[in-house]
Amino acid sequence: MNAFLLFIAHPAARIILWLVLMFAFIGFNGLILVWVERKVAAYVQRRPGPLHVGPQGLLQPLADAIKLMGKQLVTPVAGDKMLFWAAPLLAFAPVTVCFLPMPFEGRFNPLPMNLGLVLILAFSGLGVVSLCLAGWGSNNKWSLLGAARAVAQSVAYEVPLLLSVMAVAICAGSLDLYAIVRHQGAWPWQWYAMKNPLAFFIFLVCAVAETNRAPFDLPEAESELTAGFHTEYSGMGFGLFFLAEYANMVIVAGVAAALFLGGFQGPLLPGVWWYLLKIYSILFFIIWLRWTFPRVRFDQLLNISWKWLTPLALLDFALAVVVAGFRSIK
Amino acid sequence: MSFSKIKEALTGLKSLAIGLGLTGQAFCAENVTVIYPKEQVDNLSTYRGPVELVGKDDAPEVPKCVACGVCGKACPSNCLTILSPIPVKEGEIISSPAQMGPAPQKGAKGPGQFILDFSLCSLCGQCVKACAHKALRYSNNPYLVGYNREDFRFDLIERLRKRSRD
Repeated sequence: MNAFLLFIAHPAARIILWLVLMFAFIGFNGLILVWVERKVAAYVQRRPGPLHVGPQGLLQPLADAIKLMGKQLVTPVAGDKMLFWAAPLLAFAPVTVCFLPMPFEGRFNPLPMNLGLVLILAFSGLGVVSLCLAGWGSNNKWSLLGAARAVAQSVAYEVPLLLSVMAVAICAGSLDLYAIVRHQGAWPWQWYAMKNPLAFFIFLVCAVAETNRAPFDLPEAESELTAGFHTEYSGMGFGLFFLAEYANMVIVAGVAAALFLGGFQGPLLPGVWWYLLKIYSILFFIIWLRWTFPRVRFDQLLNISWKWLTPLALLDFALAVVVAGFRSIK
Repeated sequence: MSFSKIKEALTGLKSLAIGLGLTGQAFCAENVTVIYPKEQVDNLSTYRGPVELVGKDDAPEVPKCVACGVCGKACPSNCLTILSPIPVKEGEIISSPAQMGPAPQKGAKGPGQFILDFSLCSLCGQCVKACAHKALRYSNNPYLVGYNREDFRFDLIERLRKRSRD
């Protein structure tokens, strides 16, 4: 036991342990979210959804995963082979890094750093590079169009996203997610979602757009671009994109829960349960959005960002600066 | 950024919330579909299956049909074939429904054969609408299956007899 504690005390060991844990979590979470997504879709459309594999169809995503792994990996003849196969790996790799500064539990911090938020924002920005490479390497017009859309969308929505995050960081006076969570309390009226609802709203909209989820799923719009950037991917190539999308959803939901909903703070239960509960509530909301709203047009998408969200976020940021400034004078 | 634009955005936001409310209600409401082999639907009163003949009230195995041929004329896909009850000569029958007109033989008040080629039918319902005697209606078996094309050439008189026997 002592040896184990000593081992845990070593930072490298803690990071490795954490990464292994997070890999398991990402995989497991992918399976759960696929099931939740299909069940929510079914219930919104008033049908039962997956039912036959396992209890209530719980093992259906596992069967899907096995099917995906069994499929042949096809590379387009005229495509760029290196880029084509680098893209899904690049989509998945930064995701794991983003889990490092996530405040799952107040007492355990695998890698103490005071710039956790910046790390997440920087690495989640890498995701769009992989979509770009996938679109380019596929040598397919739909893929290329999807990639172009992904880049334009990502650039447009990164701006209000960062501004809304900065508004909270300024109020909390820190870029460390643990510190920001500690700055809030256990009860809803102590959360930044209540103190700064506009930033929360902007963050949620941008989060949906950044993860390419409906109604902002233009890079993979089925009805227009077949499957957009992943048209040419089969088997686990597609599987990795898929897994990365769900992991990205968890990341944005995790950041939203930490920034706006008090993270691991909550009465009675241990922090990690509160954090997971908050994350999955946000994820449920994002899935609910997908099965409610039709996809926006591309000009509408950019208009929402540049004409509405960016000015509003700027305004909100300015207000936050004033408020935080007065508080520091006192 | 004019005032009307802001108003438009606010109404848009409101309608988004209403949309979420609607899907939220549907999410909590009961399912409307059933899992087929375990359960079957029972709201088939408006279901349109392939047309069938209606039997007479006093003799359910005899069709109400008077073989006037209007249904065959009304059919845009020519899927109904109504044949005269008595062959004119041995082995020869009046075959075109368009030539049928009023019953060709005195005393003949019913079809000799009533064939529906369901593989041509688009269930438009013109035949049911055209029938003055209300002798045609939609069947309501949604689980109709067959192994080949011939299985969907229905002898409607035979089917009526079979139905009245059961």
